[in-house]
Amino acid sequence: MKMSIHRSRGSARRTARLGAALALAGAVLAACGDDDGGSSSNVDVKADEDCAARTQEARDAGELTEVKLQLQWVSQAQFAGYYAAVAKCYYVDEGLDVTIVEGGVDIVPQDVLAAGDVDYAISWVPKVLGSIEQGARITNVAQIYERSATTQISFKDKGITEPADLAGKNVGSWGYGNEWELFAGMQDADVTLDDITLVQQAFDMNAFLAGDIDAAQAMTYNEYAQVLETVNPETGELYTADDLNVIDWIETGSAMLQDAIWAQTEKLSDTAYADQTVAFIKASIEGWAFVRDNPEEAAQIVTDSGSQLGASHQLWMTNEVNKLLWPSTNGVGTIDEAAWKQTVDIALGTQNETGATIISKAPPETAYTNEYVEKALAALEEDGVDTIGADYTPIEVTLAEGGK
Amino acid sequence: MTTTWTRIRPVLLGALGVGLVVAVWDLYKAFGPEEGVRLGERTLILPRTTDLAMPHSWEMVQRFGEPVTSLAGSPTAFEAVWDAGLFSLGLATRGWVIGVVIGLLLALVMCRFRIAESAILPWVVLSQTVPLIAIAPLVRRWGSQIDLFGHVWTSEDSVAVIAAYLAFFPVAVGALRGLKSPARTHLDLMHAYGVGWWRTLLVLRLPASVPFLLPALRLGAASAVVGAVVAEVSIGLKGGLGRMVIDYAQSASGDPAKPWAPIFGAVAIGLVAAGAVGLIGLALRPFRVTGAFR
Repeated sequence: MKMSIHRSRGSARRTARLGAALALAGAVLAACGDDDGGSSSNVDVKADEDCAARTQEARDAGELTEVKLQLQWVSQAQFAGYYAAVAKCYYVDEGLDVTIVEGGVDIVPQDVLAAGDVDYAISWVPKVLGSIEQGARITNVAQIYERSATTQISFKDKGITEPADLAGKNVGSWGYGNEWELFAGMQDADVTLDDITLVQQAFDMNAFLAGDIDAAQAMTYNEYAQVLETVNPETGELYTADDLNVIDWIETGSAMLQDAIWAQTEKLSDTAYADQTVAFIKASIEGWAFVRDNPEEAAQIVTDSGSQLGASHQLWMTNEVNKLLWPSTNGVGTIDEAAWKQTVDIALGTQNETGATIISKAPPETAYTNEYVEKALAALEEDGVDTIGADYTPIEVTLAEGGK
Repeated sequence: MTTTWTRIRPVLLGALGVGLVVAVWDLYKAFGPEEGVRLGERTLILPRTTDLAMPHSWEMVQRFGEPVTSLAGSPTAFEAVWDAGLFSLGLATRGWVIGVVIGLLLALVMCRFRIAESAILPWVVLSQTVPLIAIAPLVRRWGSQIDLFGHVWTSEDSVAVIAAYLAFFPVAVGALRGLKSPARTHLDLMHAYGVGWWRTLLVLRLPASVPFLLPALRLGAASAVVGAVVAEVSIGLKGGLGRMVIDYAQSASGDPAKPWAPIFGAVAIGLVAAGAVGLIGLALRPFRVTGAFR
């Protein structure tokens, strides 16, 4: 119970120790202070020398308008076109200084856009429809992905070739708005949610490979490849496409529109923002045309921007994403009325496990417009950029183990 | 002889502890049932022992030496984790320092004014019931609207603030308890000497708080590391271990050892953070020894 305060004994030693501890803390702080200068939250896209010089020059001359683009997820080839447009100076040529803001687990792009923190955002249409009904004032100004990439895959021996076969199976889904195409497909085949066991799916395909999930959700450009990058313990070789059955929601008619460029509805009545939107769409599509013609270089640009995906996986993703855009029916970015209607109908009529639908009434007319993308496409045609890609052929990508 | 032994003993025991975990891991992997141990139909209580679910411990170590990707110039996993670890540790340190300063200030105010304690303490406790995933996007959004004397708010600042949000709590509570720990008789003695509040604080309360403060600081350091890593995941800041966990998780099927690399990295920076706080404890040892009476 004795408490004494020694002021004399060991005072010098104590001071020295305290000094050492403080110096250490200071060193750590200084070290992280240095970090600040080099990196920021925003993606640093490695532009080629010519473009880097041009960007700097235009910046110094004050010719550029700063524009922020919010992605739906972290840097990966899913967004290759925007990265290419930065790296190849397409945005700078349009007078735009574009900063790409990566997404995260808890970042909702449409919310960030509606709050006015960024100028444009990339998000899936069904996810945004819900936000619009809840009051977000944003507009789809370019439907970059014409086709949906969501599928439900299963091993051949499970015998799941169509949605009706899902009954009685363990069906995987990521949830969080990624489940609607699956639910719509099942509803069309009269499979209710009570007929299946819904399993929460993680970022990896381990549960699928281990057999806990019979039919797993898979994006053609990502999870499908993850399976093909894994060694089949029975053969000692990688799994092949022949081992898998794929339910493609495009074929079953329950596909929904995915990656689109969203803009702030109210600001579109401001001429400067409207013009900037046309310029932004134009340069973005030019970026996607570059990705179509140079998939290897595009994959490299994305990797240089800090994506940690393996090289073969990144190239696979680039190639598969290209297939979602090219060949384009009416020019990349054009919102097809029928596809929009299908998406809205599914959003109105498909119930999830709690009986809720995405939206309860048709979205307002401001939810999408082709006004800006049409201007952008016309300008691109004048510049001689092919926005249809009629003779586009995908490349062959060989996946390495682990996507390395 | 004895002194060498007492010095080596903790190191040996530490190594033995790690070795034991590794041994249990690999023994279970070697002899455990391939399909894991189940309770009833569905509940898996022990994991599968496949290479997918449980890579060999040496594979995980080996993975550190291999390049992250097959691209030319790709760093090894160790180099990548090292860089990311330093980055996250830097953010956690910033968060910890902010958290400690705020925590100490709050404790001082609460110690000085009883009414402040009644008013603030419930909020301090409440603050920790707000889930991190709820505040992370908010912090980023509010932060982006802040212009601090020309300092542009970055996502790094958001992560540091979130780390601070977790770190300040144990410090505030621990410091308050410590500041209030002197016995009534000692306070009365100070009072009898006619010593003012500040001087009492300096010569009595602060030294007395050390035994409470040290574990609080260490807890705060651990919280700051967790906060930094989770906040990185939450708001998608690149460069740190949190983001790396997400990125590498995608390889979990084809390259099962890879996702473990950033996890070990996070463990390592947690240890470094706790160890660094231990150094502060070393500096404050005299107070700790004489002050520990409860």
